[in-house]
Amino acid sequence: MAHTQELRTLIARELPNLDLVLAWTGGFDPLSSTPLFITTEADLDRLAVGPMHVQNLAAYLPSLKGRKVGIVTRGCDSRTITELLQENLINRDEVVIFGIGCTGAVNIRKVRTAVNGAPVTDVEIGDDVLTVTTGEETHALRLQDVLMDKCYTCAGQAPRMHDHMVSERSGCLATGETPPSSLDLLEGMDARERFAFWEGHMDRCIRCYACRNACPLCVCKDSCVAQSRDPHWVDQSDTPREKLMFQAIHALHTAGRCTECGECERACPMGIPILAMKQALNRRIKHLFDYEAGMDQESTPPLFMFRQQEETIKERDAR
Amino acid sequence: MPVLEGKELRIVGFLCNWCSYGGADTAGVGRFAQPTDLRIIKLPCTGRVNPLFVVRAFLNGADGVLVSGCHPGDCHYTAGNFYARRRLEILRELLDVMGIQQERFHYTWVSASEGQKWKQVVSDFTARIHDLGPAAAFSGCPAVPIDMDETGIKAAG
Repeated sequence: MAHTQELRTLIARELPNLDLVLAWTGGFDPLSSTPLFITTEADLDRLAVGPMHVQNLAAYLPSLKGRKVGIVTRGCDSRTITELLQENLINRDEVVIFGIGCTGAVNIRKVRTAVNGAPVTDVEIGDDVLTVTTGEETHALRLQDVLMDKCYTCAGQAPRMHDHMVSERSGCLATGETPPSSLDLLEGMDARERFAFWEGHMDRCIRCYACRNACPLCVCKDSCVAQSRDPHWVDQSDTPREKLMFQAIHALHTAGRCTECGECERACPMGIPILAMKQALNRRIKHLFDYEAGMDQESTPPLFMFRQQEETIKERDAR
Repeated sequence: MPVLEGKELRIVGFLCNWCSYGGADTAGVGRFAQPTDLRIIKLPCTGRVNPLFVVRAFLNGADGVLVSGCHPGDCHYTAGNFYARRRLEILRELLDVMGIQQERFHYTWVSASEGQKWKQVVSDFTARIHDLGPAAAFSGCPAVPIDMDETGIKAAG
C-alpha cells in the first residue's frame, strides 16, 4: 500500500545514520503481528503497518539508550516517548521518530472471540469493517467493536512529535457507537460486585508478569518489588489476594505516569482487563490536577509536586 | 482480647511521629475514653506512607485504615504531608475501583495538642467502620494471622 511504501522510503533514507529501526511485521497468522528490528535495507520488505500492528514499540527505547534508534510511532505511542523523555529515561537526540497516522488498533482477542477461536486464514481491512475468513466461513466485523480499549479514549491519531511523517492516509476509520469498556462495566457495579469481579479475574491470573514486562514505564527491571524478599510486598501463594496486590502495585507505581497505551492488557495471556484500574486512576488525576501523562515534556508529573493550597482536594469528616 | 472477640473490627492507623502520635498520647494523658479497635503504627511522617501500605492492610484483612499526620503547613519535614495528601487522594480512587469502599479509608490532620480532636476522629471513624461491618474478603484466602513469635515483638507488660 502507498503509505507503507512511503514509510519504507523514509526509513531507507535515514537507515545509514541509525543502529536500528523499530517497526512491525506480520505474525504467525493474518491476525497477529510482531515487532520488527530493521538493521539492513533487506529487512524493509517485511515491514507492515495497519490496524493489526499494535505493539507499543516505545517500550524498547529505555533498554536501547545510548544507541541511535529509529521508531515507527502512532499518536498513543508518542505519549509514551514524551513520558520517557520527561523522566530522562531516553535522550531525544538518539531517537528518530517516523510518524504515521493511526488507523485504529485491533484487539486480537476480541476478533478471536468473535470467530469462536477458529483458525484465521485471511483478514481484509475495509473502511470500517474487518472481514475475517476462517476456512469456509467469513465474518464481517465492525471495526469499532473490535478495537483496543485505549482507542475509545484516543487523544489523537498522529504522533505529538516526529522527525519524519508519512503523509499518505491518516485518520481512524472506525465509525459508529462505542461499545462499553471494562471501566464502564465496573462503573455500573457496587463495591462488593467490583470486589467479586476482581476476585474472579485474579483467580485466572497465572502470575507470568507479562503486564509488567510489556509496560513501557516499568523500568525497574530486575529490582521490581514484586520479586523482592525484603521488603516482602507480595508472597508466593497462588491467591487472588496476592495477584490483586501486584496489580495495585503496578497501578500505583505508574500513577500519574501511565499514558494508557494498553500494553499491560494486550500482553495478558488470560485477557484480564487490568487497564481499567489505570484508567480509573488517570481519570481521577485529570479531575484533581488537570494533568494527562505524556502530553507535555516540560510539565512535572502531579505526584512529584504539590501546592500548599489544593483547591480540588476537600477535607473530609471522619463521620 | 477474647472478651471482645467478634465485637471488635480491625482498624489500622498510620500516624506521624510528630503530630498525630503526640495527639493520641495527649488524648491518653487526658484520659479521654476511646474505642479500642484502632491499632496504631507509628511512622516518621505521613510522607512515609506508601499508599500500598493501605492496600496491603486492606488485602490482609483490615476493616478500616486511618492515616493521620500534621496539619498541612506544619510538617516536621516541611513538605511530607503535602505529598501525602496528593498520594492518598489518588489512593481513594484505586480502592474504589478495586471494590474496597472508599469510606473504609480516611486521612486527616491532628496536631500533638489536639487530644480532644483525636478522640473525636477515632470515635467517629470507628463508628463508621462498625456501620459498614467487616470488609469483604476473598473466599479461600482468609485474613492473614499474625504470628507474634515470628514478628519478634514482645507483648507489653
